[in-house]
This record gives sequence, C-alpha cells and structure tokens, in this order.
Amino acid sequence: MASPHGAPPVFNNKVIAWIDHRLPIFSYIEKEYHTFPTPRNFNYFWNFGAIATVMLVLMIATGIVLATNYTPHVLMAFDSVERIDRDVPQGWLIRDLHMNGASFFFIAVYVHIFRGMYYGSYKAPRELLWILGVVIFLLMMATAFMGYVLPWGQMSFWGATVITNLFSAIPVVGQSVVDWLWGGFSVDNPTLNRFFALHYLLPFVIVGVVGLHVVALHVHGSNNPLGIDPKGPQDTVPFHPYYTMKDGFGVIAFMVVFAVFVFFLPDYMGHPDNYIPANPLVTPAHIVPEWYFLPFYAILRAVPDKLGGVLGMFGAIAVLFLLPWLDTSRVRSCTFRPIYKWFMLVLVADVVILGFCGANPPEGFWVPLSRVATLYYFFHFIILLPILGKIERPLPLPSSIADAVLKKKVG
Amino acid sequence: MVATGSLAAIGAVATAWPFINNLNPAADTLALSTIEVNVAPIAVGQAVTVKWRGKPVFIRHRTPDEIAKAKAVKLSELPDPETDAARVTDANKKVRPEWLVLVGVCTHLGCVPLGNKSGDQRGEFGGWFCPCHGSAYDTSGRIRKGPAPKNLEVPQFVFATDTLVRIG
Repeated sequence: MASPHGAPPVFNNKVIAWIDHRLPIFSYIEKEYHTFPTPRNFNYFWNFGAIATVMLVLMIATGIVLATNYTPHVLMAFDSVERIDRDVPQGWLIRDLHMNGASFFFIAVYVHIFRGMYYGSYKAPRELLWILGVVIFLLMMATAFMGYVLPWGQMSFWGATVITNLFSAIPVVGQSVVDWLWGGFSVDNPTLNRFFALHYLLPFVIVGVVGLHVVALHVHGSNNPLGIDPKGPQDTVPFHPYYTMKDGFGVIAFMVVFAVFVFFLPDYMGHPDNYIPANPLVTPAHIVPEWYFLPFYAILRAVPDKLGGVLGMFGAIAVLFLLPWLDTSRVRSCTFRPIYKWFMLVLVADVVILGFCGANPPEGFWVPLSRVATLYYFFHFIILLPILGKIERPLPLPSSIADAVLKKKVG
Repeated sequence: MVATGSLAAIGAVATAWPFINNLNPAADTLALSTIEVNVAPIAVGQAVTVKWRGKPVFIRHRTPDEIAKAKAVKLSELPDPETDAARVTDANKKVRPEWLVLVGVCTHLGCVPLGNKSGDQRGEFGGWFCPCHGSAYDTSGRIRKGPAPKNLEVPQFVFATDTLVRIG
C-alpha cells in the first residue's frame, strides 16, 4: 500500500484493488490524506481546522439523536427538551454535548479564522478557500441561531423575535419579509416548525461547503506560519502520519477542555432565562444572544439607527469576504509584518471588547465604548489594511521553509 | 434554442413560487385576526394586555393628565409625527381619547415594552419603555427617544359598543 512521494499507489489487497479500479476512493485517500505534501513547520494553530471538523461531526451525530426525542411544537418543545435532560437514557449527556458543542465549535472556528488572518492564509492563490470559509461561518451562525430557538425558552423566543425583526429594517418590503419568515404575525408554531426543519438541513449544507473548502485547500496546499510556499520535498512532510497524529493530539487536548464544560459546567455558557418557558407577552429584562454572537450584537446596538445597525452587523461579516483584496501587503505571515502584527492583536482585543459591550445593557459607558470599538473594527478592514500594506516595510523572508526551520534549531 | 431555454427558465421560476409562497402565513393563522375585548373593568389609569395575532395589545384607560400631556406635544418634536387625536380615532371615526389601543411590540426589534403593569418602569415620557435597547414612548405610544424608528402601531379597532372594542 505504501508508495513513494507522488507515484500512484499500489494496493496489495485484491478487494481494495478491485474497488479502487472502479471507484478510486482509496487512491483519493492515499493522495489527499497520506502522501499529501504538507509544510513541515505547522504550529498548533493549524490544528483547529481538524478540530472544527470533529466538532461538526459531533454536532450532527448528537443532533440526530436529539431529534428523535424532540417535539417541534410550541406547547411541547420546552417539555420535550426537559424530558431529554431528565428521563431519556443518557439524554442529558447528548444534550450537553450538543449545547456546549455549539460553543466549542465556534471557539475552534474563531481560532481557525484568527489563524487565517494572522498568517495571511486568505491571500492569493487561496482567496476562494477563504471565501468558502466565510460562507461556512455564515451557515454556522444561521444554524446556531435556529438551534437556540428550538428549546422554546424565553431567550429562544425573544432571540428569535429580535433577530427576525432585523429584516423589518429593509425599506418597503421589510414587514412582508418578516411575516414570511415567521409564517404568521409573530414568532409562533409555524416559525418553530420551519426553524427545526432548517436546523436539521443546514449542517449537511455545511458539510457540503466544508467539502469544497477542503478541495480548494488541496489545490495549492496549506499555508504555514512563515507564509512562504514550499519549494520542494525538503520543505514538506507527508500528511500521514505527521499531521494525522499532530491533529489527533490537538483534538484530544481540545476534547479535554470540552469535557470539563460538558460534565462540570454544562450551563456555564447558556443563559438561565432559557429555562423559563417562552412567554410571548413578557420580554426578559435583558436579552442577550449566545456569547459567540455578542460582538456582532454590539455592532448592531452601537449604531443609533435601526437600518444602520442592521447594515453594520451584516457589514462586519461582509468585510471578511473582501479581506483578500483589502489587504494590499504581498507578505502573508504577520511574522514578517512588524507593524501589522500588533494591529492584528489590537483587532482581537477590539472584538473581545465588542463582545463585552454586547453582553452588557446598552447604558452608561458601554454605549460610547461600543461605538468606538465598532468604528475601530471597520477602520481596521477598510482603511488600515489597504494603507498599511503599502507603507509597511516587511522583514526579509527566509529563503525556504527548511532553511528557516533548521536555522531555528541550530540558533 | 432560445425559446426552449426561456421556457425552461420561466418554468423554473414558476415552480419556485409555490415553494416560496408556502412559507407565508396559512389560512388558519390569518383567521385568528379579530378579537373582542370588554373594557368596562379597566379603571382610569389602568392598562391591560391582551393577545392578538400572537402579539400583545395594550389597552390603556388614560387619565386626563396623560391625555393633556399627549396633546401638548408639538409635532415638530416627534421623530414619527402623528397627532394624539389620530391615534385614538376608531374605524368609525369615533374619537375617545381616554382609550388608547396599541400593538405592544417595540418598533425597533420587537420586544414588549414595559409600562402596562402598575409598578413598571414607564420611561422619561410616562408611556412605555423598552428594556431591550432603551426606546422610550410617550402617553400616546409615540416614539420619543431611543433606536426605535416608529410609534407603537395602532391596530385597526372599533368600539362596537361603549365598552366593547373589536381589534383587527
């Protein structure tokens, strides 16, 4: 089965050879996941793609099991979730895995996005790879939002109300669009039904786009912490066993942290109001989305105009689509960008600040703070990135990956 | 080829329509559109919340002071200018300023504003206050401050008798 770099694989097992001759799945696996030449210098940030994939599979597996016990009806949804927690064998575990899995999926994806931004993985020739990633991120947000509605608690109901009402900001047709989304005059049973249907569908759409993301990745191969292209076999190692094992290690480490939350802090990331059944006549005093939406929620509230707030929120994601063209620097990795490196960390701090702004009521100093942080977010992408790429003087790039790696070991 | 292609495109669009329209409110949902409320038990200064089309509707029996305050506001001060009289006129053009009927849904992002229960925060204009994003409404339910763009909606209503109001 083993084959030298690049040569077509030879299968000794007759059954495998017979199948592969007709449907070359084993050749494919061999080429893309075994001998696939991968830069030899990955750091642990490169684990998070694999971790996110594992989380996606876990979410789908737990979700399918949960769906067998869940009832998408306004009168029964809340109780059916409580029943899963209390009466269904191991239901508590499956639900806690799913509930916290969403948070950890977002943690993995946020680190993955940061990795892509810091090391310039979005730059040519990987623009479409990056854009597919942003599409996955959007699909994840839609899926997570609809999933949060399903337990039909107070936060579910009012989160659904506030977020669907964002579309009422569209001039002229806004309210018709909202009634269409709801299937009625308010968030009600038709809304819950369709959200359940879509929440079940979208993860499989995500799987499809992840497939495209991986195909696009394997055209030019992975970027690496130095941001320079491999120049030959001395710069790469085969994907298996080097990175299957490194990814395996990363997944295990991540799962340890995940397990702490699942088993000891299952409701830490949730909101107690969602254990109160939905009441369409009473709004909780303080509505907050799940933590992974908080920075975007803060941008929504920072703009003192309804349509403006909605545009700001969607714009915050739209700029990510344009990132490959907004960044004018020809150097990929921040390792060699002495100024941008710091601005990249400032952006991370800015997003964290926005997160805190989103978690707190829109009063007092949170209002000006969220406005400044929102302005900075857009300043970073629209003004700083294009200009800095032109004026920053990057550090000299190493001649090859092998060169840099071996020098580091000696020196 | 052009004819076949165009026909196929028209067919595809025509086929998509039922799928899109299927998500619109169904006949039984639309049928829930009228309710009748007996307002006799609501004392002056009191307000009740009833459910209409799945949303809360506020019926407030306003005090003379609240009416006077609502009338005194200049239209130029309002983000969404509307006279108080226009908001308390029913479908038969009958004006009863003591009864204010409103859809209790903030026009920002759909929360239910506070102010209908005694003891609720009513905001700095004495009407309603939305805790979600801080919009304040006056005693006519008009937006005065905060991110909401419009006044609280006045649903179609009519006084069938002096004490029976039909909403929808």
